Amino acid sequence: MKLVIAVIKPQKLDAVRAALSEQGVTGLTVSEVRGFGRQRGHKEVYRGAEYNVEFVPKLKLEIAVPSERVPGLLPAIRDAAETGEIGDGKIFVLDLQEAVRVRTGETGPAAL
Amino acid sequence: MAAAPFVRVLFAAAPVASFGAFFVGAAHAQDAPAQEIQPAAEATVVIFNTLLFLMSGMVVMFMAAGFCMLEAGMVRAKNAATICLKNLSLYAVAGLMVWLLGYNMIYGIEPGGLLAPFAFFYQGDDGDPAGLGYGAYSDWFFQMVFVATAASIVSGALAERIKLFPFLIFVAILTGIVYPIVASWEWGKGYLDAEWDFADFAGSTLVHSTGGWAALAGAVVLGPRAGKYEGGRVHPIPGSSLPLATLGAFILWLGWFGFNGGSQLAFGSIEDAFSVAKIVVNTNMAACGGVVAALLMTRFSYGKVDLTIVMNSAIGGLVAITAQPLEPAIWQAVLIGAMGGVIVTVTVPLLDRARIDDVVGAIPAHLFCGIWGTLIVPWTEDGPTFLGQFVGVVMVGAFVTAISFLLWAVLRFTIGVRAEPEHETLGLDKSELGLEAYPEFAKG
Repeated sequence: MKLVIAVIKPQKLDAVRAALSEQGVTGLTVSEVRGFGRQRGHKEVYRGAEYNVEFVPKLKLEIAVPSERVPGLLPAIRDAAETGEIGDGKIFVLDLQEAVRVRTGETGPAAL
Repeated sequence: MAAAPFVRVLFAAAPVASFGAFFVGAAHAQDAPAQEIQPAAEATVVIFNTLLFLMSGMVVMFMAAGFCMLEAGMVRAKNAATICLKNLSLYAVAGLMVWLLGYNMIYGIEPGGLLAPFAFFYQGDDGDPAGLGYGAYSDWFFQMVFVATAASIVSGALAERIKLFPFLIFVAILTGIVYPIVASWEWGKGYLDAEWDFADFAGSTLVHSTGGWAALAGAVVLGPRAGKYEGGRVHPIPGSSLPLATLGAFILWLGWFGFNGGSQLAFGSIEDAFSVAKIVVNTNMAACGGVVAALLMTRFSYGKVDLTIVMNSAIGGLVAITAQPLEPAIWQAVLIGAMGGVIVTVTVPLLDRARIDDVVGAIPAHLFCGIWGTLIVPWTEDGPTFLGQFVGVVMVGAFVTAISFLLWAVLRFTIGVRAEPEHETLGLDKSELGLEAYPEFAKG
């Protein structure tokens, strides 16, 4: 099992969710996060004074999937989340040791 | 419908035939010269004048809500409830002070004088309605809501760091003594009116600059909010609710029709009624000019439009036209207001450069645009001179600034004006009121 973590632009959530559904993903967790990467924030002007937006708002998606789904999933997320502009986000893949479905007590891939 | 009794009074009181003639005359204005209009009966004149004061006064009273929303939207959420309380209580304090002392000081002055004798507690005298021309209490009410406006200007500039009670003490003296003295010089037929032909129709200088000078002195004595100018740089502190602030700007815009329109002081003749209409149009167009000027200027200077500066510029345009909203042609009103917008857009960052922290932009909009509006009066009105206007601006500025500095300094070294640093960090809502303005919203 793998845990895919995707940090994307907030306005890309619907597109990514649709792409994931096509890939047969049956569940995911979304959180509102803030951060910076190579984009390093950006400058804005408020009442004539320039200021740095140090942390840019993003969405973090966490998707637990059977390992064999990962090769199909990564390009699907990338295609859906891409705008070509700086700050499009990142995708991380982690090994997932265990999963438990709370209601039934199922474990492993059956719990996903 | 509220309008129905109004119309009935109109037709019952004035000879119906004359109104018929008026409408016919208006319809055929191109073919024949307009026919003579019979003047309204004496009672009608008094009733209409009184009605103007009351209706306008109620609209101006609502400007207190406009200031409150503008300020609540432009402070951080942790100070929003406190600024609401300050606005509510300053309005009440202003009312009490105008009753206690203020009104008598404005109108108790002798012609050409500088200071009226102190006479306590207003008593309306409706004994001679024909001589007065309006109900005495209606004028008192109209003047009272003007005083509250001057005080509201101060609260926005000093938001997020001033303690409640020192602020209210200042407001009491401002509304009971300082503003009434200034207003008496002109509207009480005192020194500026008698010696300089100073003209300030609805109070660009008398109301708005007075509030602005008091706010400027307070902002200097009080110092900036913690962190605003840390490390020699300007750190913007965005407000908690721009929609709320925009609502406030709209409410003020609406209130200004009463502020300027009511300042015609009479509604009992065709000339007066038409003057009020022209004033309302000019007032509106000046605000339009201010908004569009700031819209374009911020777009071209910063790449993006700055909503809060555009809001301030609507108010700046309104303040600018307030000194003379009747005489300008519409295009002149638009230009006067647009220049107000330019002044706001330029001076908001300049104040930051001077390390004067004006939270809501009250000083650019009310003080600087008030000066501009007062100085430009001779452009459209015959009589007032540039020199006379200048003397009025300087005299009011020197008096209000000096007495405000003195007051703020006395308050600072006795009971203290500035909130404790830890209270400021925590937010005044928790330290002054023990609550949060928006307890069910997560902290960003």
